[in-house]
Amino acid sequence: MSDSKITPAAAPSGEADVLHIARLARLAIDPAHSRQVAAQFARILEEFKTLTTLDVEGVEPMTRPTDSTDVLRDDRERPSLTVEDALANAPARVENFFSVPKTIGGEA
Amino acid sequence: MSRALPIQDACAQAAAFRRGESSAEQNVRDAFDRIDALDGSLNAFAVLERERALALAAAIDRDRANGIAAGALAGVPVALKANMCWEGVEAHCGSRILAGYRPPYTATFVRRLLDAGAIPLGMTNMDEFAMGSSGENSAFGIARNPWDKSRTPGGSSSGSAAAVASGMVALALGSDTGGSVRQPAAFCGIAGFKPTYGRVSRYGLIAFGSSLDQVSPFARSVRDIELAMHVISGVDSFDSTTAQLPPLEADPSDADLKGLRIGLPREYFPNGLSDSVRAVLEAAKQKLAALGAELVEVSLPHTPYAIPTYYVVATAEASSNLARYDGIRYGKRVEGDGTLQGMFAATRAAGFGAEVQRRILLGTYVLSSGYYDAWYNRALRVRRLLRQDFDLAFEKVDLIVGPTTPTPAFRIGEKTSDPVAMYLSDVMTAPTSLAGLPGISIPCGFVEESGASLPLGMQIIGPALGDTRVLRAARVFEAATDHHARRPDLKPLEHARA
Amino acid sequence: MSTTTQEVGFVSPKTGARWIPVIGLEVHCQLKTWTKLFCGCRNEFGAPPNSLTCPVCTAQPGALPVLNREALDLALRTAIALGAEVAPRSKFDRKNYFYCDLPKGYQISQYDQPYCKGGGITLASGKRVRLTRIHLEEDAGKAIHDRGTTTLVDLNRAGVPLIESVSEADMQSSQEAGEYLDALKELLQYVGASDCDMEKGSLRCDVNISVHPPDEPWRTKVELKNLNSFKNVQAAIEFEIRRQVEAYESGDAAQRPVQETRLFDAVAGVTRSMRRKEDAHDYRYFPEPDLPPITIASEMLERQRALLPELPAARRERYQKSFGLSAYDAGVLTADRALADFFETVVRLSSKPKEAANLITNQLLRNLKDPELPASSIDELPFRAHDIAVLIQLIESGAISGQAGGKVLRAMFQTGQSPKDLVASLGLEQVNDSAALEGWCREALVGKDKIIADVKAGKTKAVGALVGPVMKASKGSANPQVVQEILLRLISEGP
Repeated sequence: MSDSKITPAAAPSGEADVLHIARLARLAIDPAHSRQVAAQFARILEEFKTLTTLDVEGVEPMTRPTDSTDVLRDDRERPSLTVEDALANAPARVENFFSVPKTIGGEA
Repeated sequence: MSRALPIQDACAQAAAFRRGESSAEQNVRDAFDRIDALDGSLNAFAVLERERALALAAAIDRDRANGIAAGALAGVPVALKANMCWEGVEAHCGSRILAGYRPPYTATFVRRLLDAGAIPLGMTNMDEFAMGSSGENSAFGIARNPWDKSRTPGGSSSGSAAAVASGMVALALGSDTGGSVRQPAAFCGIAGFKPTYGRVSRYGLIAFGSSLDQVSPFARSVRDIELAMHVISGVDSFDSTTAQLPPLEADPSDADLKGLRIGLPREYFPNGLSDSVRAVLEAAKQKLAALGAELVEVSLPHTPYAIPTYYVVATAEASSNLARYDGIRYGKRVEGDGTLQGMFAATRAAGFGAEVQRRILLGTYVLSSGYYDAWYNRALRVRRLLRQDFDLAFEKVDLIVGPTTPTPAFRIGEKTSDPVAMYLSDVMTAPTSLAGLPGISIPCGFVEESGASLPLGMQIIGPALGDTRVLRAARVFEAATDHHARRPDLKPLEHARA
Repeated sequence: MSTTTQEVGFVSPKTGARWIPVIGLEVHCQLKTWTKLFCGCRNEFGAPPNSLTCPVCTAQPGALPVLNREALDLALRTAIALGAEVAPRSKFDRKNYFYCDLPKGYQISQYDQPYCKGGGITLASGKRVRLTRIHLEEDAGKAIHDRGTTTLVDLNRAGVPLIESVSEADMQSSQEAGEYLDALKELLQYVGASDCDMEKGSLRCDVNISVHPPDEPWRTKVELKNLNSFKNVQAAIEFEIRRQVEAYESGDAAQRPVQETRLFDAVAGVTRSMRRKEDAHDYRYFPEPDLPPITIASEMLERQRALLPELPAARRERYQKSFGLSAYDAGVLTADRALADFFETVVRLSSKPKEAANLITNQLLRNLKDPELPASSIDELPFRAHDIAVLIQLIESGAISGQAGGKVLRAMFQTGQSPKDLVASLGLEQVNDSAALEGWCREALVGKDKIIADVKAGKTKAVGALVGPVMKASKGSANPQVVQEILLRLISEGP
C-alpha cells in the first residue's frame, strides 16, 4: 500500500499536484480557482504537518475503534427493490437500465 | 402567538399520551405551529413532511383508541437530520448533489423510532455531508442559534440543535463524527450524546466517516436522551459494525456521584480559555465535587495531534464514501464534455460545495500512492495512541470531564475565511470520536458576550461501552443545576404568518 | 521451476531461435451462493435488468455491507481443495476507482491480507502450477455498450461473490494454460464452489505473459484481457507469444513489448493495445472500515474439510485401484461429479464395477449426447441408478443379450419405464432355447463353406462372422455366447 519515496514532510508542490489529485477524485477544478484551491490545500497540509513528525515506532494502525471480528449473515434471501424503486432516482434511464454516456469497454 | 412556550420533554409527552391526556395529532399540529412561527428566522428545518406526519399521528391515535399498547415514544414529534434515510422523504444532506433524492428504504434507527410511535416531522438543516462545525456549509441556507440569531448553532447537526433549543421539538436526531452533535448541543444549551461507536446502527445514515459516524440524539433533558437511546440502540443485522448488544438500558439510580472518580485532562483546559469560560468551568467542577465525585487531574498527552489525525482519517474515508455521487443512480447530473469520466467530474464539481471538495481532495491525497504511509497509515497509528491515552486514564478514573468547546457559539461568518480555523473548534470532541468512546455535552453555565447570554457545554466522556455510566452522571449533574431549564428568548425569532 | 521435457518453449519461425514463454493466469470465479456477497439479493444469471438489486448493491447513500457466510465457506473449501494455506486472520479493503458499473465508486476486495496463499494445481501432464494467492471480492455490474446511443448499466451482477485466484507464472504454453483452466474448473465444480461457465460469466480469465531466451532473465510482461472462452485464452496466448518474439527479434526498440494491457479480438485473432490512459490506476487501497476482519480457527477449517467431496484425482485413483478400471475410463467417469456419483451408486447396487463402467461410459454417455433423446445431463435422467443396476443384472444373468440391453437403455431414456417392463414389452427376452437357436444357426451355416472349412482347420474365431446374422435373425434376443457354442458344435458335428 505504500512506497515512501516521498519524504513525510513533503506536501504537493502546487497546482499540478492538486490537479492530479482532483483528477483521481473526479472533481473538475475551475482553472480560475485552481491556484486558490492549491494554496488552501497546502495551508491545510502545513497545519497538519506535526502529524508526520511524531514518533510512532512500534504502534499498530487503528482502522476501527472496536475489536469486533467475524460478523456474518446466513445465505438467505432478503427482499430486493422493485425495478421501479431501484431506478426511481436515476437522472437518466433507458427502459430498465441506468443510462450513461457511451464508453468503450474498460475503466476508461 | 407563543406556542413557543416551554414544551414538555419527550418522556413527559409520552407519558401524557399514554395516560390519554393528549393526542398525537394535536402534538403534531402544535409542533408545526411552533415551527411556522420560528423557522423563518432559524432555518432549522430543510424539509417538512406535514401530511406524512399527520397521517402517522392519526394512525397512532387510532391504535390507542383500539387498545393497542403504545410504544415508548408514542405521540412524540421528533426531527431527523437531512442525512438520514426515511423512505420517500427527501434526504439531501445539505448538498445540491442530492437535492430531490428520496431514499427507497428506511434507516434501521428511523424504523425503530417509528415502531416506538415517534412522529418525525421532517429533516433538519445541516452542513453539507456533515462536514462543518457551524451549519454554514449547507447549500440550503444557514441555520441560526436561537440564543442569538447572528451566531451559529454549531454543526454539522445545526438544524436539529436549533429545533430542540427553540422548543420546536423535544427530541431530534443528529449525527456526530468529530463533534457534530456535542458541539451544537454546547452552543445551543441542550444535551447531545454520541454513543460508543457501534452502539447504534448506521444503516441508513448517509456516510461521512465510516469508523467515526454515530447517530446521536439531542434533547433538553438527559432522561429524554436515555429514552431515545433505548429506542434506537442495539445490534442490527444490516450493519456489521454494530456491537452485539441489546438496546441500552438506563441506570435509574439518581442519588449522587459519590464514589465516582472524574478525570480532568489538563489538555482540555488550555491557557487560551477566556476568564468567563474558565469561571463557568470552575463552578461546574465545584458542583461535581459537591455531588461527591473525586476530581483527579489526568493527562491525554496526544491531544494536540487529534485534529490532524481526525481530518486525515475522516477525509480519507469520506473521499471514498462520496465516490458514489457520480450522477448515475441518483442525485444531480451534469453532462460535462459528454464522456463518462467527464460527466463524473462535471457533476461532482457542480454538486459539491467548496468544503466538501476540499475534504475529498485531502482524503484522496492522503490515500494516494506515495503518501499512504506518510499520512493515512500514520494517522491510524496516532489514532491508536490517542485511544491509549484514554485507556490509561480510565485505569485511574471512571469518567473524564472537560469543556465541550473552548468558546461559546461564534458569529456566522467569523471562521469561514480560513478552513483551518473552523477545524480547530473540534479540538475537544474529535479525540472521543477517534477513540470510539461515548460522550455527552450538557449545559453547564452561561457567559456574557456582546450583551448576549450564551450557553456553554460540559462534556462527560466514558470508557468504551460506558454509555450508561456517562448518561447517569450527566443526569445527576443536570438535576443539581438549572442551566438546562433556561430558555432562549424567542420573541426576536417569531414572526407573524401572513 | 522446471524447464525440462522435450521441447519446452516456442521456436521462432523466422530465426529458429527458442524462446521460453512465461505465463500466469488470473481467474475470477463466481461463487455458487444463493445470495450476493454483501446483501441478500439473489445471485442469479439472466434475470430481467435491475430486478435483483437493493440499497446495498445499488450503493444507495447510507447502505452497508454484511458478509455472506456461505461465500466464506465455499472459498475455504476451495482453498483446502487447492492445498492453499488459509490465513488465520484476513480483512477486506476498498479498491477505489470510477466506472459506470461500480456503484459505490469502490470495490470491496482483499489487498494485503487475502484469505489464503499458496497451493497449486496439477495439470493433466503431471506438471504442477503453483498458486500465489486467492482472495474474495465482489463483482461489478454489467455495462452494455452495443445497444443504442448510450451505455446501459444493469446492476444485477453487482455484489455477486467472486474468488480471484492468481497463479505463479509457471506455465509455458497455451496447452498448459488450457490444462490449468480445465483442472481448475473441474476442481471448483467438484467442490461445488462455482459452475465455472465462461459463457455465463461465472469464470473470467486474464493472462500475464512474457517471453525470454533460455537461461536469460524474465522480460516485460503484458496483460491480456477480454478472453471469453478457453479456446480464446489459448488463441490469445499463441498470438501474443508470436507477437512478442517477433517484436524482440525485429531489433527495433520502438517495438519492444511494454508493460500494458491488451485486448483480444477473437474475430481477427489478434491482441490489441488498449488506448493509453493518462494516469495509471491509483486504487488508493485502504482497509474497509464497514467490515470487521475474519478469523479462521482450525475447527472451522476442519468443518469445511469434512464437507469436501472426494476430489477428482483421488477418485480416479480409487476407481483404478478398487474397481480395476482403466485410467481412461476412470477419467471419463470422474469428468463430471454427478456422473461419478451416479456410477458409484450403480456399483454399490450391482457390485459390478467393470460392467457398470462399460455401460455408462459407452452407451449411457452416447445417449446423453443424442439430440433425439430428452436428457442431456445426469440430473435429467428419467430413471434412477437402481434401474441401471437392474439392467446390468439382466445382461449378466443372460436374461437378455448385450445388444438387447442397448435397446432397453435407449427405451429407458425415451419412456422412463423400468428395464424389466421394457424387456417384456419389447419382447427382448434372450432366447437360450437350443432348439430355436439351433434352427437359426443351421440357416446361417447354409452356403458358408469357407468359414466351416476354416473353423475345422482350427481357426475357431472365424465363426464370429456368423454370430451377427444369427443375432439378426433372432431380432437380438439370442445369447451370442450360446450361439457361438451351437455354431461350433454344429460345425464339428457336421460334414
